[in-house]
Amino acid sequence: MAGSLGKDLLGLADLSADQIRLVLDTAVPFREISERQIKKVPTLRGMTIVNLFFEPSTRTRISFEFAEKRLSADTVNVAVAGSSVSKGETLVDTARNLEAMKIDMVVVRHPASGAARFLAERIESNVINAGDGTHEHPTQGLLDLLTLRDKFGDLTGKRICICGDVLHSRVARSNIWGLTKLGAEVGVCGPRSLLPNAIGEMGVTVFDRIEDAIQWADALNILRLQLERMQGGYIPSLREYNRVFGVTRARLDAAPRDLLILHPGPMNRGVEIDSDVADGPHSVILNQVTNGVAVRMAVLYLLAGGRPELAEAAKRGAP
Amino acid sequence: MSSNISSASSRDLLLRGGRIVDPSQGLDAIGDVLMRGGLIEACGGSLTAPDGADVIDVSGLVVAPGLIDVHVHLREPGREDVETVATGAHAAAAGGFTAVCAMPNTRPVTDNQATVGFVKRQGEAAGFARVYPYGAISVSQKGETLAELGEMVGAGAVAFSDDGRPVESAHLMRTALEYARAFNVPVAEHCEDMSLARGGSMNEGLMSAKLGLKGIPAEAEEIYVIRDILLARRTGGHIHLCHLSTKGSVELVRWGKERGVNVTAEVCSHHLSLTEQAVDGYNTNAKMNPPLRTETDIEALKEGLADGTIDLLVTDHAPHHYDEKEREFADAPNGIVGLETALGVNCTYLLHPGVLSMSQMIDAMSCKPARVFHLPGGTLARGSIGDVSVFDPSRVWTVDAARFKSKGRNTPYGGHELTGQARMTIVGGRVVYRAET
Amino acid sequence: MPKKPETVLDARALDRTLRRMADQIVELNSGTDALVLVGIQRRGVQLAERIVRMIATQEGPTIPCGALDITLYRDDLQTVGPRPVVGATYLPWTLDDQNVVIVDDVLYTGRTVRAALDELADFGRPARIALAVLIDRGGRELPIHADVVGRKVDVSSGQRVDVFIDELDGRDEVVIASRNSED
Repeated sequence: MAGSLGKDLLGLADLSADQIRLVLDTAVPFREISERQIKKVPTLRGMTIVNLFFEPSTRTRISFEFAEKRLSADTVNVAVAGSSVSKGETLVDTARNLEAMKIDMVVVRHPASGAARFLAERIESNVINAGDGTHEHPTQGLLDLLTLRDKFGDLTGKRICICGDVLHSRVARSNIWGLTKLGAEVGVCGPRSLLPNAIGEMGVTVFDRIEDAIQWADALNILRLQLERMQGGYIPSLREYNRVFGVTRARLDAAPRDLLILHPGPMNRGVEIDSDVADGPHSVILNQVTNGVAVRMAVLYLLAGGRPELAEAAKRGAP
Repeated sequence: MSSNISSASSRDLLLRGGRIVDPSQGLDAIGDVLMRGGLIEACGGSLTAPDGADVIDVSGLVVAPGLIDVHVHLREPGREDVETVATGAHAAAAGGFTAVCAMPNTRPVTDNQATVGFVKRQGEAAGFARVYPYGAISVSQKGETLAELGEMVGAGAVAFSDDGRPVESAHLMRTALEYARAFNVPVAEHCEDMSLARGGSMNEGLMSAKLGLKGIPAEAEEIYVIRDILLARRTGGHIHLCHLSTKGSVELVRWGKERGVNVTAEVCSHHLSLTEQAVDGYNTNAKMNPPLRTETDIEALKEGLADGTIDLLVTDHAPHHYDEKEREFADAPNGIVGLETALGVNCTYLLHPGVLSMSQMIDAMSCKPARVFHLPGGTLARGSIGDVSVFDPSRVWTVDAARFKSKGRNTPYGGHELTGQARMTIVGGRVVYRAET
Repeated sequence: MPKKPETVLDARALDRTLRRMADQIVELNSGTDALVLVGIQRRGVQLAERIVRMIATQEGPTIPCGALDITLYRDDLQTVGPRPVVGATYLPWTLDDQNVVIVDDVLYTGRTVRAALDELADFGRPARIALAVLIDRGGRELPIHADVVGRKVDVSSGQRVDVFIDELDGRDEVVIASRNSED
């Protein structure tokens, strides 16, 4: 029987507020492990975890790898360049091959929305969504929530504004679902061409101008603006984006309170966020990274619920 | 069943005691139908069976002029692994249809008289429902140059379409509408503005935002609907609008008809019965183009059918291989099968809730398709072709895709309970399908 | 038939026992030099804190007091079902060359102590590790032995020993009760 998160972690839309809080609470003691000299506990010893990345990613993959290794699991990294269709092997076959190799968990990142669920429905291993298309990136959402909770305590009524390309952002979606469930007030700010048309129905406040968002918010979660958006005709230029929507020191100085600054990374310094903001005193961007490993350890721990055969393996190896 | 449809059946056929519903004659009464030599010999009242005639008791069932589906994809030539003209025609008969019009987006494209003739002969050889081929509007459906419309009509094409794609050039569509006037056949458009729709895989709305899928806004369809209505107005040609799916499209067609434009329209059974919710969980068997929309759209489409703004009911039967649909949602091909569920869906969602009367439903599934596309049939009047659909509007059954006659299994209705089922299909006075259970 | 719960230590007896244990710990260590107490979550932590206060009163110095959560080192993690909550571990100083005394409320199978030894090994290399428990109820499944014991009790496997402490449970008491559906 899997832990109280179920078999897979596919998105925050599927989790209850209690389940989200469980992950955050569980992450706290795991943070301490990363501060020890020996950053390792034997908890997932004997488990095999595959990091299946169909999209290039350094930081997320490394974060998961640290989480897995610090729990003593065996990890395998599989990087697939391009979609499974172009490579010739279908996602179904990839899933079945992994299952045949008796792996315990898969951490998957894929360019198609729904890909994580597609895998989860077809293999018995636990599946963790590390980002599927523009759908969700639940561990990023969770680490953002933890970072905010560290600073604010209870998130009820706290105003968090997500700034940037919400339309194409899985991080934004996970944040919207997670923050809403924990009682925060969510805002979004960006050019309307980069917001979903149905944004009005998603329970968030929409700000057309970054100045208004800054007046309203307690914290800003600033999304990376991708170069492709300019090429796709959604915005005229990156320069204009920074001039009109960029989070700059000057704009923050006009805020009525000190705003917490978050960014999922990697940052386009000078586009969506200026360096003096990213490196400034209210930036918790590095805390996000630390929390990322802890949150991922917590998720792995919670998903790898009771399985008798693993106990046998662990006991055989126990001193 | 391999004998040629076009040769006359050797035995007379009498259908006794059914409820004859023929909107073309204003008929709705219990009676008999007699067929001789492949044609309707007599219809209505109590008839005496001639010597040697086959007599079939159809009491308790509805007897209608053969149902005609003017929008199906039979995949042959080119994708015989997924469907052939024969298996498609068999599926049609099993669904209660006596005739279908086969879209030309085959491989190679049906854009010339040779391929048109091929499709027609495959249908005749199969001996199930009649198959009338569409011809492509443009060569290879590339939207650049006009295909040889006249030659294709000569080989048996009954309409033109680049379905699967829109005709992006307004100039080409205008030309096609003008040129086709000489042959008195409809030009049918798949309305989709590609610059708005490209990359989209479902309706644009809250659901697409939640699932992280690029959406296709209703306007992508409506922009081409009004464009083609205006072009039909200017040219006097007959534009037939395929698979309408939005409220706005219905309003625009109403506008056009009020001004006397020669515009006709069709709607698919699935767009009247399912919303975008069916996609939840990334269900590729609910993925088609145009996509499933919202309750508001369904209401408007039903109203449009009831008041005649929308003329015909179709399926847009589009079989795909299991492996093709077993993919990430955005990569899966568009389309679902429909021939074997259409009658059940239409009865369940239109007839029984009272959106359409029995007469109106049969009108939209038989009489009007025949009239709009200038096809034989659509009536049980004496001398007409002996195409008859016998069905039980009250029969409850559960959809089991494994039992389809079609090679395609991609249906969103798997496991659904429907009320209404074809029981016997007669083409040219010959029974080509009889329900087993 | 379940027997009525039997009080083994009431509040005063518990206090007296802890006092004696504190003296024994100092005696075992020949003083307070390099002495570190580490309580096992949960109740071991509070007991360790009390002992540290008693030692301070008696001897003067306040020796370091840490907390150890052994959940992640349990050997039954994969079979235990829904994940147990992980408590806090607090060991901010080096353990190298220190004399560590592990403090726990009840010693039973010995598996908790084994997990604690594993975990402490990941923190450094103490000069020695001793074990102090409030209650030793026998029933060892591993060769683990306590150096300082508050009270030895004899219970069958059908019974359990419940330790209640004021900081967590609102009262000080050690009770023997019959085992119910879950332990």
